[in-house]
Amino acid sequence: MSHVLTSPVYVCADNIDTDQIIPAQYLTLVPTIPDEYEKLGGYAMIGLPDDLYPTRFVPEGGLKTQYKIVIAGRNFGCGSSREHAPIAMGAAGVEAVVAESFARIFFRNCVATGELYPYDAQERLCDVLKTGDVATLDFDANTLTANGVTYALKPLGEVRPVIDAGGIFNYARQSGMIAPKA
Amino acid sequence: MTLTEKILARASGKARVQAGENVWVNVDVLMTHDVCGPGTIGVFKREFGKEARVWDARKVVIIPDHYIFTADSMSNRNVDILRDFAREQGLPYFYDVIDDPNGHWQFDASQGQHKAQYGSRYTGVCHTTLPWKGHTRPGEILFGTDSHTCMAGAFNQFATGIGNTDAGFILGTGKLLIKVPETMRFYMEGAMQPGVMAKDVILHVIGDIGFDGATYRAMQWEGAGVYGMSMDDRMTIANMAIEAGGKNAMFPCDQKTLDYVNERTKENGTKSEFEPVELEKEQSFVYDKVFDLSKLEPTVACHPDPGQRKLAKEMGNVQLDRAYIGSCTGGKTSDFLAFAEVVRGKTVKIDTFGVPATTKVVRELKDTQWGGQSVWSILESAGVRMTENASCAACLGGPVDTFGRLNTPMKCISATNRNFPGRMGNKESQVFLASPYTVAASALTGRITDPREFVS
Ligand code: SF4
Repeated sequence: MSHVLTSPVYVCADNIDTDQIIPAQYLTLVPTIPDEYEKLGGYAMIGLPDDLYPTRFVPEGGLKTQYKIVIAGRNFGCGSSREHAPIAMGAAGVEAVVAESFARIFFRNCVATGELYPYDAQERLCDVLKTGDVATLDFDANTLTANGVTYALKPLGEVRPVIDAGGIFNYARQSGMIAPKA
Repeated sequence: MTLTEKILARASGKARVQAGENVWVNVDVLMTHDVCGPGTIGVFKREFGKEARVWDARKVVIIPDHYIFTADSMSNRNVDILRDFAREQGLPYFYDVIDDPNGHWQFDASQGQHKAQYGSRYTGVCHTTLPWKGHTRPGEILFGTDSHTCMAGAFNQFATGIGNTDAGFILGTGKLLIKVPETMRFYMEGAMQPGVMAKDVILHVIGDIGFDGATYRAMQWEGAGVYGMSMDDRMTIANMAIEAGGKNAMFPCDQKTLDYVNERTKENGTKSEFEPVELEKEQSFVYDKVFDLSKLEPTVACHPDPGQRKLAKEMGNVQLDRAYIGSCTGGKTSDFLAFAEVVRGKTVKIDTFGVPATTKVVRELKDTQWGGQSVWSILESAGVRMTENASCAACLGGPVDTFGRLNTPMKCISATNRNFPGRMGNKESQVFLASPYTVAASALTGRITDPREFVS
């Protein structure tokens, strides 16, 4: 993982729940089956209401998004415990979500799977940025720069190395907490 | 320490723990279902190897319940993945849809949605099955790959939802690293008035603190009002802790809890010894508020989230297309009895669907007689479309052929627990959450209705 990421951003509002990130009818896909993992990416964010979000996150029929950074308001990822949510976003190519706050299980699933970096913003970026703006996320300086302005993000702290390692299993093995793979 | 802190201290082998601390806890029960089980098993095999064994077969409970009565072949396949795993690992607590351990599950759509299509071991919705089958015990630690796992907090148990990766980790090790949550206390005084149910209590509280008001926190319930509640009431309340963002719900243990748990562990031959945690004088809370239950009125959470609180009596102008009763929160026998009390001898005005949470609820509704008629037939005579196929059904939408699913934009009043856009199917639909009483009264009038017009 590079320490700086530049990408157009996708902006959504408060309370984006897991049914909007990956609607229930796609949960029949099993994330550990590689083929089905890829398909989940194609459905990422497809539950967002069309009238509020006229720009599609993943192009019709595609599997990947051009938005590697998602900007959101409060309580991102609330609702169910489905790990399909961070996985669908990760499979679509998202690397980080910068939100005003996160729901607990979603945050934990980001870390456990190592799919996404869940950054807490210090201000309401969803009100100042719009979908398509290009932003640069600096993972070491903990900043997001867009439209000539640099915003400070809350450092990820103890969860950063876990995500860097690719999730809790890799991290637990690297740090000797569980035995290496046979 | 608070009740949650006491359980986490014990499970991590420490004398004390503090909110904010990260601790490794030993897990008493891990539950998974057909939506997250296959992925959890996938993580377990990928990480621990194809030949790996689960850490303790008697501590794993697998309950297919989400996408069962659908012709969707992927859904049917996922139940087969669970069966293969249960057989390979010799898991005693797998509540399979079919009886043949080597068979394949296939829903037969030609038989319709109403008649039972399951074998003798099938139970229905996971959170309602766990207590029924004797898997909830005071003082223990339960993790489940489902956010409403917090329902078992009704039994003085630390219970919370996790993802597949964490669950795969537990399958291999029996442990999980978690952060001790801060505790909020909800102190209940008085008793609920006629027409008011436990669902109104929790909808009121979520409206009060906001639907992210308990994020990362334990919601502890205390006070005389709580001891006056039945176990079903406590379950309804604990179930919805997650709708305020809570990590877990926690009730004190009293004689009602002990009687309920002892009866069921005995009946099912599950582990019967346990040690409840008792309230201490010294507890520290991040929030502490007293509620007077006698002041609460029938409450509705409006589209698009469970925190949009209004009183039912103020909403009479909202016309409805559908009513729905079911789910872990609202599909228990007591919920259907309350519903039947309102619709008995009358006819519903809008499409109304009833999905019992478990197969036991189906049996109890058929066996309970009111004036020579079973409650089941009272509901059917009132025009309620009842299915014997106990499951999650339309509570979370599911495949398009799911019973009761909102397949077109419409307004639905529902006794379930979640109403984000698209939750019950169509993403332009609106879902209003309410108690079984309020759902029943609204089904009769076709608009949101205060049930006190019907219940005295
Ligand atoms: S009934 Fe609804 S809330 Fe309960 S476990 Fe099933 S889908 Fe989840």
